[in-house]
Amino acid sequence: MSTGSDAMISPKASRRAFLGAGGSLVIGFALGGRALAQGQQAPAAAGPSAPAGGAAVAKSVAIDDVDGFLAIDADGKVTLFSGKVDLGTGVRTALIQMAAEELDISIERITFVQGDTALTPDQGPTYGSLSVQNGGMQIRQAAATARKQLVETAAQRLNVPATELVVEDGTVRRRSGGPGVGYGELVGGRDFSLKVDKDITTKDPTQFRVVGKSVQRLDIPEKTTGRFTYMHDFRLDGMLHARVVRPPALQAELREVDEASVQGIPGLVKIVREGNFLGVIAESEWSAVRASQELKVTWSDWQGLPEQSRLWEHVRGTRVAKDDVTSNVGNAGEAMGQGARRLSATYDFAIHTHGSLGPSCAVAEIRDGKLTCWSASQMTHNLRKQLAAMMRMPEEQVRCIYLEGSGCYGRNGHEDAAGDAALLARAVEGRPVRVQWARQDEHGWDPKGPPTLIDLRGALDAQGNIVAWESEFFIPQGAAGNVALVPAELAGLPHEESMAPGNIIQNSALPYAVPNIHTVCHRLENTLFKPSWIRTPGRMQNTYANECFLDELAAAARVDPLDFRLRHLKDERGVELLRRLAVLSRWESRPSPQRSMGSGTASGRGVSYVKYELNRTYVGAVAEVEVDRGSGEIRVKRFSVVHDCGQVINPDGVRNQVEGNVLHTISRTLKEELTWDRSMVTSLDWASYPVITFPEVPEIAIELLDRPGEKPWGAGEPSAAVIPSAISNAVFDATGVRLRSVPFTPPRVKAAMQQAT
Amino acid sequence: MPTSVPLHVNGQATTVSIDDPDMPLLYALRDNLGLHGPRFGCGLGQCGTCTVHINGEATRSCVTPLSSLGPDQKIVTLEGLGSPENPHRVQKAFIDEQAVQCGYCINGMIMQAAALLARTPRPTEEQIRNELANNICRCGTHARILRAVKRAAGAA
Repeated sequence: MSTGSDAMISPKASRRAFLGAGGSLVIGFALGGRALAQGQQAPAAAGPSAPAGGAAVAKSVAIDDVDGFLAIDADGKVTLFSGKVDLGTGVRTALIQMAAEELDISIERITFVQGDTALTPDQGPTYGSLSVQNGGMQIRQAAATARKQLVETAAQRLNVPATELVVEDGTVRRRSGGPGVGYGELVGGRDFSLKVDKDITTKDPTQFRVVGKSVQRLDIPEKTTGRFTYMHDFRLDGMLHARVVRPPALQAELREVDEASVQGIPGLVKIVREGNFLGVIAESEWSAVRASQELKVTWSDWQGLPEQSRLWEHVRGTRVAKDDVTSNVGNAGEAMGQGARRLSATYDFAIHTHGSLGPSCAVAEIRDGKLTCWSASQMTHNLRKQLAAMMRMPEEQVRCIYLEGSGCYGRNGHEDAAGDAALLARAVEGRPVRVQWARQDEHGWDPKGPPTLIDLRGALDAQGNIVAWESEFFIPQGAAGNVALVPAELAGLPHEESMAPGNIIQNSALPYAVPNIHTVCHRLENTLFKPSWIRTPGRMQNTYANECFLDELAAAARVDPLDFRLRHLKDERGVELLRRLAVLSRWESRPSPQRSMGSGTASGRGVSYVKYELNRTYVGAVAEVEVDRGSGEIRVKRFSVVHDCGQVINPDGVRNQVEGNVLHTISRTLKEELTWDRSMVTSLDWASYPVITFPEVPEIAIELLDRPGEKPWGAGEPSAAVIPSAISNAVFDATGVRLRSVPFTPPRVKAAMQQAT
Repeated sequence: MPTSVPLHVNGQATTVSIDDPDMPLLYALRDNLGLHGPRFGCGLGQCGTCTVHINGEATRSCVTPLSSLGPDQKIVTLEGLGSPENPHRVQKAFIDEQAVQCGYCINGMIMQAAALLARTPRPTEEQIRNELANNICRCGTHARILRAVKRAAGAA
């Protein structure tokens, strides 16, 4: 949110100023002169408080146009239009740093507009740890292209060669000093009308002033004082409030709605029913809540889910649609038979919910045949297509605008809530409708991280080296894509039929040099709950199995597990990283498990390593744990992480992400597991789906290997990949017991220990 | 029939017009008074995002019916604690430690921690952890939050 531009307007939220609430949702951006040239249309009409419809200002959103990304007003203020959005990771600040660096302007003069289909280029969904790596690089190129033109224009204006000019905070002047000319004067309010030069020379990293610095996040002062406007805080004049009423069973059919049951609720506007989609609209939020709870509805019975206790039988029994062989080196089958020592094991990883802390929320308005939808979607451009299909509207008549919501960690319920809002808004055309999901809607109806089952076999030669490795991953078919909207499914409106669990075959192959490898993903025709990606999808589960099984082989070879990894690693950056990790974690070289095993609390350490998607960010981690043999409780005492994502844009931002990955994944590894009966998810709140709490938080030591001369790679997810295996390996080191089933809850740990004795 | 309920919020006496005396305080603060600090997270008192101070005590506003409040009860929200221009020491410590990811939980963390420090100015690490044990963060900001609370307590 910015202040101080002539192009800004205040929001229509009429009650916002009360009691120091502040909360102004103001986006002023730098289109001043051009907007006026287009008939006095306030450019901020295209901001978040705009009326329904398409862009009020014709602005390029082309990904190959400089104007797609940047605008500079007459005062020299810059607006950065980003298709990648800040999901609470702080990437807004990192992207502004990248633009500021190339433009040679201070970050204070840059305003950030994100994820608005009418204003920002489609840079792809904000997922996969690609915001800096891809999105930031596009912004960097656009900014460098813009700077070059600005300097060339200044050269003509000042009548000196461009090579004799320097830029200082948006003012171009002679290297020798003297008066300069500002960006505002050079281009203010006009288009660049320039294609992004993909071959442009961007700034030499040795000259960086802002990139590589721990610039404080720009959103934190407002977020810590209640001044920030989240999606959930967004209000429009005349806005109605809605709640959805979801079926009590995944595929139950709506039989009957007793409208009389809620007629006494004040301000009830409408009950909206379309197929199995049901929602209530009221003048006030509390009336909508009450109506959703008190409405008497009859649904059909449906009990089509397999029993939870037979999950893995069910997965193993699901038809395989196709096989993806992700690596095939030498002849693993033959070499396996010739190994001196053979091992096999099966690993599994539970179904998880995103469990966003703020249940999904969206506002939609239909006016004059145009739909405007405000949501916290990580993919507003794709959402626009989905809403257009569901509503049977031309895409041009739909505009999706991003507002920051609760952290989503992937494709949670934000898009579904947007669909709910659109359907409900159609029932009260002309009035905006806000939909706020209840806790049980989020836990029950967000798409889930699918169950993962992995069989592994390995063979060692007489010297204790791995000679053969075979693995089979049982995972649903599909890749990244659009996940069908729940309201479209319930209402029987157009929606995607295929599954989109994310690119979950990634990291099924190994980062190690082994002479004979065969890894295959059996892509299952279906899975229990509609899948989607959750932070580190597939890479986490696959790395967990690989790095635990590698540890099993190291133990069988009686070799220190870190040395065992180094022995099989032919990647210099990976080797350097593991050596640094050994120092950071004060690693003591010895085989696992440790020798002294008492009967009470056992201590141990475990290591894990990943090269994310085998082509980018490197991470190594060491977990130090205590295991209570009596209760089966695992306490993670310390995590040491070494992280190499190449060029670091904002070191503290990366550290924040690494800490988040460690803690979020300790939670997933030790505690999280979806539960269900034959009809529906039963883990519908925080009591039934426990997550990490403050007393369980370990010490975290992080070392970033900054390589300014290299490309910047992603940091939002990679470090999560190594956490489950590091913990499992540490428990083995402590107890000699191998945990192969996530989550490692106390009953499971106890059972594994009893089984081992 | 709508009724008018008096409330004392962030140092000001005001009234809200409501249909249901059992409406939780959270909705009055957010919808009637337009405040953004207290947030809806679960409606069950489990996560802490809705926390406000009532007479100085950290209270979950999502399970506090208006009917349970007396006119003498003083409610303070995150906005009442401080502002970007003049932050409370706990807010300032959160900014200094950059103890935010998505920030959705942060209202609860700050309100709970501020209540603790008002009661126990020099808490031990264990006291801080226990005080925040029922506040959920999904992004994994816990380590920073602990540092921020320690900083605010003058211990870091």
